[in-house]
Amino acid sequence: MRPFTYARPDAAADAVATLAADPDARFLAGGTNLLDHLKLGVVEPTQLVDVTGITSTEITELDDGGLRIGAGVPNSDLAADPRVRERYPAVAAAILAGASGQLRNMASTGGNLLQRTRCAYFADPTTPCTKRDLSQGCSARGGWARYHAILGASEHCIATHPSDLAVALVALDAQVQVLGADGARTIPIAAFHRLPGDDPTRDTVLAHGDLVTAVDLPAPTPAVANSTYRKVRDRASYAFALVSAAVALEVREGTVVDVRIALGGVAHKPWRATTAEAALRGRPATDDEFRAAIAAELEAAEPVESPLGGNAYKIPLVTGTVVSTLRGLAGGVA
Amino acid sequence: MTTMDARSMGTSVRRIEGPDKVTGTAAYAGDTVAAGTLVLHPVQATVARGEITAIDTSAAEAVPGVVAVLTHRDAPRLGDTGDPEHRVLQGTTIHHRGQFVAAVLAEHAEAAAEAARLVVVSVDEAPSTTGFDPDAEAYTPAALGNGQQADTLVGDPDAALAAAPVVVRASYSTPMEHHNPMEPHATTATWIDGRLEVREASQGAELARQTLATLFDAEVTVRSPHVGGGFGTKGFLHAGTVLTVLAARTVPGRPVRFALGRRQMFETVGYRPATVQHMALGAAADGRLEVVAHDVVGATARYKEFVEPAGGSTRSMYAAPHRRTSHRAVPLDLDAPTYMRAPGEAPGSFGLECAVDELAVALDLDPIELRVRNEPDVHPENGLPFSSRGLVECLRTGAERFGWSSWDRAPRRRLVDGWWHGVGVGCGTFPAFRMPGSTAEITFTGGRYVVAIGAADIGQGARTVLTQIAADALGVDVDSIAVEIGSTQVPVGSIAGGSAGTASWGSTVVEAADRFRDKYGDAPDEGDHADAATPDNPWAEEYAMAAYCAQFAEVAVHADTGEIRVPRLLGMFGVGRILNPTLGRSQLQGGMVWGLSMALHEESVVDPRFGEVINHDLAGYHVAANADVRVVEAEWIDEDDAYVNPMGAKGIGEIGIVGVAAAIANAAYHATGVRVRSLPITCDDFLTSGLL
Ligand SMILES: Cc1cc2nc3c(=O)[nH]c(=O)nc-3n(C[C@H](O)[C@H](O)[C@H](O)COP(=O)(O)OP(=O)(O)OC[C@H]3O[C@@H](n4cnc5c(N)ncnc54)[C@H](O)[C@@H]3O)c2cc1C
Ligand code: SF4
Repeated sequence: MRPFTYARPDAAADAVATLAADPDARFLAGGTNLLDHLKLGVVEPTQLVDVTGITSTEITELDDGGLRIGAGVPNSDLAADPRVRERYPAVAAAILAGASGQLRNMASTGGNLLQRTRCAYFADPTTPCTKRDLSQGCSARGGWARYHAILGASEHCIATHPSDLAVALVALDAQVQVLGADGARTIPIAAFHRLPGDDPTRDTVLAHGDLVTAVDLPAPTPAVANSTYRKVRDRASYAFALVSAAVALEVREGTVVDVRIALGGVAHKPWRATTAEAALRGRPATDDEFRAAIAAELEAAEPVESPLGGNAYKIPLVTGTVVSTLRGLAGGVA
Repeated sequence: MTTMDARSMGTSVRRIEGPDKVTGTAAYAGDTVAAGTLVLHPVQATVARGEITAIDTSAAEAVPGVVAVLTHRDAPRLGDTGDPEHRVLQGTTIHHRGQFVAAVLAEHAEAAAEAARLVVVSVDEAPSTTGFDPDAEAYTPAALGNGQQADTLVGDPDAALAAAPVVVRASYSTPMEHHNPMEPHATTATWIDGRLEVREASQGAELARQTLATLFDAEVTVRSPHVGGGFGTKGFLHAGTVLTVLAARTVPGRPVRFALGRRQMFETVGYRPATVQHMALGAAADGRLEVVAHDVVGATARYKEFVEPAGGSTRSMYAAPHRRTSHRAVPLDLDAPTYMRAPGEAPGSFGLECAVDELAVALDLDPIELRVRNEPDVHPENGLPFSSRGLVECLRTGAERFGWSSWDRAPRRRLVDGWWHGVGVGCGTFPAFRMPGSTAEITFTGGRYVVAIGAADIGQGARTVLTQIAADALGVDVDSIAVEIGSTQVPVGSIAGGSAGTASWGSTVVEAADRFRDKYGDAPDEGDHADAATPDNPWAEEYAMAAYCAQFAEVAVHADTGEIRVPRLLGMFGVGRILNPTLGRSQLQGGMVWGLSMALHEESVVDPRFGEVINHDLAGYHVAANADVRVVEAEWIDEDDAYVNPMGAKGIGEIGIVGVAAAIANAAYHATGVRVRSLPITCDDFLTSGLL
């Protein structure tokens, strides 16, 4: 482990300036992801800039009826907030489906969105990985790819984004508040995470030194009030998703009026299933329609084959997960 | 022949060191760090096979806080134990990835880790094979990992299969699995005036002492007061211990500590090797078996053989006139496999008990009835009578308790709230034997009997149960007994292994107690003293002795996603006398939980391009979490076995895991109609079956 310095600035602007001046400095929030990577040698920062004192730990009401979640709000507090539970059930469900009680106590809202992929090769500095180092190749192709992407991947990286919370936020059209060297700006969550393209080292559109300060949830719609998060994993708890779905549904007289579907575990970013949503709007809320809609979304899927376990099974798995979740929200057996 | 009277035995005496453990004051091997202790950080091979051509330690030595960097060039030479794992830093050959090729000693962990990273090892890499291919060239081992013969043959199985009215042929596979006890291995070694003192996470302090004495030609003391799980990986010493002692030798007087990280647990301390099991069963129309054939191909390490005896228990399970077991080994350039809880029985019962279930389906017969019809009168291969054999009673009482008969035998009949439910059964056996070589010493002092024996408490409760045995053997209350175990400062003890610890140490304690009472009666004087070595079991050659179990599982498979869960497990055990119901139940339930974990989760994925287990941490290598474990009941039949040992107790450390994976796979078939023959069973198996 390389020696590094540790700082606790008093102002967000100072933290941003420190990072802007040093490409090898990193923000540190709960540390549940970053410290593991330090120990494993995945990152070797020169400075850690602790942001826990300068990011808000409050959840406040917005004028438009939405909520603002400070970047420093612990995952456990976010999941326990009565307003969140009532108005945005998918958010609370997504957080509670992840990690463990202790980890959720430490993990911050900002850190959660910026956690790195769980690709095993990324976490092992002895195996090549383009996401760690652009000059290397991708070891997951032809390797252990059971957890990897079926949508939007590139030849350089087939990793998936591991956050459960981010999937729910994408379904709800949340907005990310960012403070950069040039001031504050707002990024829609759907545009926040990136597809790998030819630079998988970048998970998000943030520039080095951009600090996430808050996440805004827009005022809930009837569909959002009828939302949930379904996570499918090999063990019943304490595991990352094979696939997951944040789904919001409003049905009137048997017809889909509004629907949001975001998928986890399928791509380098939470995947908003816009094709499926469009196919469903105005259609009868039946299993056959649900199935046809998700099939349309998955037409673009490109599963990877591998002697150590490919991921073609994710196509029927996503289908089953989405169909059963929609059915449950429509009042049937999930 | 009768078993001894029980007063304390059979009662739930509280775990003696329980309060220390729950208050965190019980010191495990890595917990005691004396002032001045140096930290060891190893340098490990990053290729699977090759020759070291050069090692540059200069940058490492320059790191502040570094005391020494040890390589094969300057490491002390070692005596020969015959075990290639012990030849640490003795040459230039790399046998497996993760092998220790150098070690840094430093004043603190950060310096040691940083320096280890800076050691430059130049290697002439050789081609390697680390992926298990069951069709690759295999050889017949001289013996299996547990010493059994590789092949057995009775009658003419192939001809009998050709003639049998009903035949099931299928191949089952089990993956590489790693032990992962909660406490990773840890060693602290100090050389004082040419003597060696070691604190070691070990299943047997005496075996560790003997090994180190041979390697270092020195007087050795080993202490292992508390051990956070062993499961076989802490039986024989591995390279990390030898490396620590080697390094300590270069800094006499200073303790050197090496606690393995979780990733290192996947590289240097053994594992259960992968198997593919080709099963063939032939039966008459009434279900009576005519043939049982179990042909195993398993992985081993090229540099050190250990062949998983997966067909071993098939030799004693069911009656059949024609029978064959065989084992072939495929050598790989990996760390050496070793004993892992129920070596052989755990994977082998998956093959045999799934095949029996498939036969029951083919015969349209209840799988319990099929097993009952094939119950042997005597051991089917050596002809010995059984000292006791509770399999049929376990099946019958278990079926009753589990509500077996309320289920329609046809598969895919119960869909409840979107989940397909089904039930399955799987059986198992584990030998009951006694290891020689312990000595128990009883001294009456301060109004108490001090019972000293080098037993190991690896969490199974040895301290407590030996106290109960001693109390009954001496005819006193448990409060009058003080047991001293867990080091080489007490008389020698055999290892906690083979589910034989309690039987071996307990028999020795009883023998010593008998001598003590013969000499001093029941009113001894201060300082009165007797000792005894482990007595031979006079019945060992007269009877076949083993524990049996019947495991029942209810499984639920999600109709849309294929997720598989186990709402209910019931294990019925025929294990002789249970010496302490609380401890015994937790041993058996723990084994069953592992069986569940083996069925649904555990798999070490070797990436042959890198020669390493790529899911080498507990995020990638799943073990069952609390939410996976719902109702897990362990119960036992009354079984009075007068031949196994004076206590009438069979070992229970391993039998709990045996048969569980088969019960779950069989239940999954019953739930869904999908037969999964490869572990672990995951949602993919159902999703790709086309049946959901
Ligand atoms: C065993 C385990 C299991 C887990 N299981 C799950 C799971 O099932 N589902 C799931 O979703 N997650 C899971 N996680 C991940 C967990 O949710 C994340 O580690 C956590 O949310 C990260 O938050 P943190 O505050 O600890 O971030 P840190 O580790 O402190 O930081 C993570 C990254 O974010 C950056 N960062 C932090 N705050 C900011 C900010 N305000 N602005 C810009 N950059 C910032 C850091 O520089 C760093 O790169 C698991 C983690 C572990 C260790
Ligand atoms: S999938 Fe991405 S993260 Fe994984 S090895 Fe390939 S480049 Fe690295």
